[in-house]
Amino acid sequence: MALLKSLSARKNDLSKPENQLAFLSNGIFREGGLPLFKDKIAESGNYPLKPKTLEILQLNLGYMCNQVCSHCHVDAGPDRKEIMTQETMQQCLEVIKTTKAHTLDLTGGAPEMNPNFRWFVEEASKAGIKDFIVRSNLTIILANKKYHDLPEFFKKYNVHVVSSLPFYKREKTDKQRGSGVFDKSIKALQMLNKVGYAQPGTNLKLDLAYNPAGAFLPTNQEAMEHDFKTALKEDFDIDFNQLFAITNLPISRFLEYLIASENYEDYMYELVNAYNPEAVKNVMCTNTISISWDGWLYDCDFNQMLDLKVASTVKHISDYNEELLNNRNILISQHCYGCTAGAGSSCQGSTA
Amino acid sequence: MPKTYYNPDDLRKFGEITEWSEELGNKFFDYYGKVFEEGALSAREKSLIALAVSHVVKCPYCIDAYTKDGLQRGITKEEMMEAVHAGAAIESGATLVHGVQMMNKYDKLSM
Repeated sequence: MALLKSLSARKNDLSKPENQLAFLSNGIFREGGLPLFKDKIAESGNYPLKPKTLEILQLNLGYMCNQVCSHCHVDAGPDRKEIMTQETMQQCLEVIKTTKAHTLDLTGGAPEMNPNFRWFVEEASKAGIKDFIVRSNLTIILANKKYHDLPEFFKKYNVHVVSSLPFYKREKTDKQRGSGVFDKSIKALQMLNKVGYAQPGTNLKLDLAYNPAGAFLPTNQEAMEHDFKTALKEDFDIDFNQLFAITNLPISRFLEYLIASENYEDYMYELVNAYNPEAVKNVMCTNTISISWDGWLYDCDFNQMLDLKVASTVKHISDYNEELLNNRNILISQHCYGCTAGAGSSCQGSTA
Repeated sequence: MPKTYYNPDDLRKFGEITEWSEELGNKFFDYYGKVFEEGALSAREKSLIALAVSHVVKCPYCIDAYTKDGLQRGITKEEMMEAVHAGAAIESGATLVHGVQMMNKYDKLSM
């Protein structure tokens, strides 16, 4: 069920990263049942995990969101007030001008709710980054009149839109993301198509991100993409480019759900059993730097939510140094099994 | 020993049957894996067949496994339930068709 408030607003114990990390390191991982992630990757000589060439800068513009999805690893929602300031954005812009990364990835919360979002997109687009992604929850486009022109705005700056849609049927989408979300998402996708997204003859890219609506792993990404494309075209005349199948990681609100529904142990066994050494080679933390709303640097968005700041002398955007960052060891815990299960999972979908 | 015949945790240990008979166990799992690959039937269709058969043979492990498999493949609950009905219809039909045998016997024995 979609929730009304974040863990943070409910003062739930799991809103504290240290409690999540303690939970993930005890229980089935302490009683000899399952191997710790570091021991598992050591088997294939991948410990400590090191970065490769930096390709993606992912900026979290804030945890505020118009939705309160039950699987959200950010614990985002309307009650979250953490928002990137213009000053931090300015620091990010300096980095964007010099980075070797070819992809800039804006996420949230709903990044569009940051009052300086449009200014930032306009400024960042001047840096000539090859692939400029905004992760949009779709419903924000219809949430308020002031957002209705977002499709045109995205088009103007040739933004690559990556949208979340848990399923091509109403029931599962609304159960995970809230009542009415499916209809609004469909309408928003049609608006994006209308301005040229995922249409022949344009370079406007519209990808969908699929998370399973429950305690199970995603199946083959290509098969799922085929099903989504067929259903969305037949039922709603919607086009999109690619589908990214993303595994839900056992942190934050998804961890809360796993524990409350008594699925935690089975889910972790499944992740560990599906461990794929090939996926370790391409986990996104090896080619990404994640920057939080307040400028701290992380190996990925999940580590950001667990407050695992990069293990480097450089920890903040104000001291950003790509060379030094590239020498770091990547911080890991048991949640990382989510990125190495089966075909692997990342913000860009399967990795193996 | 547990007090019940079925323990959900045993499903995770299924692969351990190979430990007591390696050759036969490996042959079974190779065959099993091959059966469920894409073929003349899609893996999705086979998953629904497996779900229906799981109910007919009343295997709780199989029901758990193929319900989850269906969810992963995006199979809807309506499709799953129709598959279970298909299995149930054959099972009940198999019982009822024996009614003809009863009728034959009845007629033969009756004046």
